[in-house]
Amino acid sequence: MIMLEIKNLRKSFGSTEVLKGIDFSLEKSQVLSIIGSSGSGKTTLLRCLNLLEKADEGTVSVNGEVIIDAKEEDNYTDNEIRDKRLKMGLVFQQFNLFPQYNVLDNITLAPITRVKKDKSLSKEEKAERIEAIKSEARDILASVGLSEKASSYPCEISGGQQQRVAIARALILKPEILCFDEPTSALDPELTVEVLKVIKELKTGERTMVIVTHEMEFAKNVSDKVIFMADGVIEEMGTPEEIFDNPKSEKLKAFIHKSQDNF
Amino acid sequence: MENFLNVLTELSGGFVTSVLLFFFTLLLSLPLGLIISFCTMSKFKPLSALSKIVVWVLRGTPLMLQVFAIFYLPGLLNLFVWPQMNTGWEWFDTTFSTRFIAALAAFAINYAAYFSEIFRGGIQSISQGQYEAGQVLGMTKSEIFFKIILLQVVKRIIPPMSNEIITLIKDTSLANTIVVCELIFEAKEFMLEGLIWPLFAAGAFYLIFVGVLTVLFNKAEKKLDYFKA
Repeated sequence: MIMLEIKNLRKSFGSTEVLKGIDFSLEKSQVLSIIGSSGSGKTTLLRCLNLLEKADEGTVSVNGEVIIDAKEEDNYTDNEIRDKRLKMGLVFQQFNLFPQYNVLDNITLAPITRVKKDKSLSKEEKAERIEAIKSEARDILASVGLSEKASSYPCEISGGQQQRVAIARALILKPEILCFDEPTSALDPELTVEVLKVIKELKTGERTMVIVTHEMEFAKNVSDKVIFMADGVIEEMGTPEEIFDNPKSEKLKAFIHKSQDNF
Repeated sequence: MENFLNVLTELSGGFVTSVLLFFFTLLLSLPLGLIISFCTMSKFKPLSALSKIVVWVLRGTPLMLQVFAIFYLPGLLNLFVWPQMNTGWEWFDTTFSTRFIAALAAFAINYAAYFSEIFRGGIQSISQGQYEAGQVLGMTKSEIFFKIILLQVVKRIIPPMSNEIITLIKDTSLANTIVVCELIFEAKEFMLEGLIWPLFAAGAFYLIFVGVLTVLFNKAEKKLDYFKA
């Protein structure tokens, strides 16, 4: 079953064309890694999927439903945009935790805000839902190995721990597709490992994920499908074996060669 | 001794007026400043241009002139007359006189202009990532502002705000130019009788008040020390 389908996605900033027609699809429960050098359009692609950038052309469908049609995007109401965004989850390179909230509140802020303004719920139902959200947040926190940090503030924990909280924050909203934008690029090598381990563990189950990454070994191990982007197009797409062990295009060969340099 | 107590009583009365002017100015100018800062940052060009001009005029002319203008101009131009309180409670009616209301209006508008620039600086210093994190979590613009951005802004602007607010309590003395009976006005009354020292006593009132404010601002800063932003 196809979970994510992207057709002819295009995006320019001024006269610079960053995405020059992206087409691909992703099956449910699969993990897609997007690799490529800086400036190849990977992050822009992810930002378009999460409606942080408006695409100029093309469509994005999730679970068979068109959620982004570039021609219509100007007409979406704020409410529609929020609902569309919730189909996607996004974990940022810079974590972007809310500094004034402790770890647990960072995770529960958005869902609790949603419950509080739901007029169809009685006071008791709201209290019940909020308790449920908190206990779910604790479970998720445990699953990323941070139970004991629930009441710590972001400035009191390491970058790797912050990123794991950010992952938990995305998970609690149960997105259909979870996206990662270079989740370990701001981390030391040691901290990178703990974050990658958590992402790898998420693979078990039905989770569909799109990961923009510079960690080649990780992409090779965790992905079902790999896309290599260069200059705003998909230069090559295939299984990890095809991409890493049997690259066809010259650009991909050069990219892999460079990333294997050990100085 | 009787003379001393008499002076202190009069000065205290003036001080109460000054402090009332101070608090009501804050109460009005803080939200008004926030609104002006939103207008200045608006993507709708005519609105942001207009609010920039307003801020320019308010910061570019003396506050004393603005106090005069706001007190006298509406009457001179036959626009409206500043209302006179008439509750029958004498203290209330004389304290919140027509002149007091006019001075309050002038201060509130003037300080809102200064505050708006401090708010703008604070809001624009918050990283785009904080907004985007709220957006991908499905929060509305106002939820993002009030639940995520605002407290971070408050933390950052406490030092410049405390500067402005300390200036405000001393600027309330400008109200004496339209005969609002605040602290300096009362002290000057004694000067006419040949007494200079009440003026310095008035200075002590301001000094103590600013001391209290300083302690409060330090407390607020400490209170927000638990997070880094």
